[in-house]
Amino acid sequence: MTAPFFKFGYFSEDIGLVLAIVIGIGFGFFLEQAGFGSGRKLAAQFYFTDMTVLKVMFTAIVTAMLGVFWLGVAGVLDLSLVYVSPTYLWPQIAGGLVLGAGFVIGGYCPGTSCVAVSTGKADALVYLGGILAGIFVFGELFPAIEEFYISSAYGTLTLPEVFHLPYGVVVFAVVVMAIGAFAAAEWGERKMAQKKENKT
Amino acid sequence: MCDDTTAAKDLTANGRESSNTGIEVTTMATNAAVLESTRPKAAVHTASKATPQPYMNSYLAGIGLGLVLLAAFVIMGRGLGASGAFSTLVSSGVAAIAPEHAAGNPFYSEYVGDGTTSPFKDWLVFEVIGVFLGGFLSGTLSGRVKWMVEKGPSITTRKRFYFAFLGGGLMGFGAKLARGCTSGQALTGGALLGAGSWAFMMCVFAGAYAFAYLMRRQWQ
Repeated sequence: MTAPFFKFGYFSEDIGLVLAIVIGIGFGFFLEQAGFGSGRKLAAQFYFTDMTVLKVMFTAIVTAMLGVFWLGVAGVLDLSLVYVSPTYLWPQIAGGLVLGAGFVIGGYCPGTSCVAVSTGKADALVYLGGILAGIFVFGELFPAIEEFYISSAYGTLTLPEVFHLPYGVVVFAVVVMAIGAFAAAEWGERKMAQKKENKT
Repeated sequence: MCDDTTAAKDLTANGRESSNTGIEVTTMATNAAVLESTRPKAAVHTASKATPQPYMNSYLAGIGLGLVLLAAFVIMGRGLGASGAFSTLVSSGVAAIAPEHAAGNPFYSEYVGDGTTSPFKDWLVFEVIGVFLGGFLSGTLSGRVKWMVEKGPSITTRKRFYFAFLGGGLMGFGAKLARGCTSGQALTGGALLGAGSWAFMMCVFAGAYAFAYLMRRQWQ
């Protein structure tokens, strides 16, 4: 096992911050290339006219998931040293619903709003102001909602543990699911394009 | 009708007159055509003179994004994020204005830290600076950097701004409640098969589709 490099002490925290910028540049680059600097393109996902969000997101998840899995099998990456966000089921369900509403109302998510701002979208700048306000409201209400915030805690729970299945089986299932979702997305986009054509 | 006035305003902004006051579809089509035909001349509006290039193939961009995420796992032992950096910004702002108030609130104080190091000396803060740079780099290379407002043709800019602020507010609140946003939870937690992250991801799509119909006039 030689990775994660940082956890094995191959470089200092300061070098880690430099690498953070480099990784961030890669992140921002592909977000913008995917078309996620455009609120209209992002929102189109929720009208079934442009399924780019689903396609890019699931491709990214599958790519990274397969990479982590095979590097683990090959003995290169120690998966137990990779930080997995702990599960707080109900706060995450509620947060997901609120965030989803914010996505279609505002047109962006936090990461995509950054690349939208850096490519000149004025509405994304307003949106960023909204994010700061939302976090401030959350901070002010925190003492009142702390009990809910720490409720239904399951620790670092993963899908293989939930379904009592080997890790590789869940990886395979996600790949199959993603391929099904891609096929459905391509079919849906064609259908919507036809519908639009018939209208005009 | 709201649609026609907005479209008409856009047309005048482009220096063209139009006698078209017909149905919505035709107005939109004409508007798009005018925008298209004036694009090369509209140097004032474009930062880059290059014509915008088409976006990258979705699956290719997804693989690129996935490899960046994988690099973060392998190099740092952690995934990507975005909303965390904004929490640092808000918490530091509160701490600067009302230090005692921030210290007494566990949410703010966690981001502000114990004062031995600057709260901005944080991995996510640096990563998000990179996201801004990477987006600008990509936009510049593809001729897509342009000062504009993203909205459908049937809504005014002012209304779009209201919705952008409201949506951002919900996003900020929701991301804190869920302990991460589309980057930290859906992408990162999704790839690591986190149970809460997958539940979160399903709910993001559910929440967005639930409000899509109400928001249709903003985008279509």
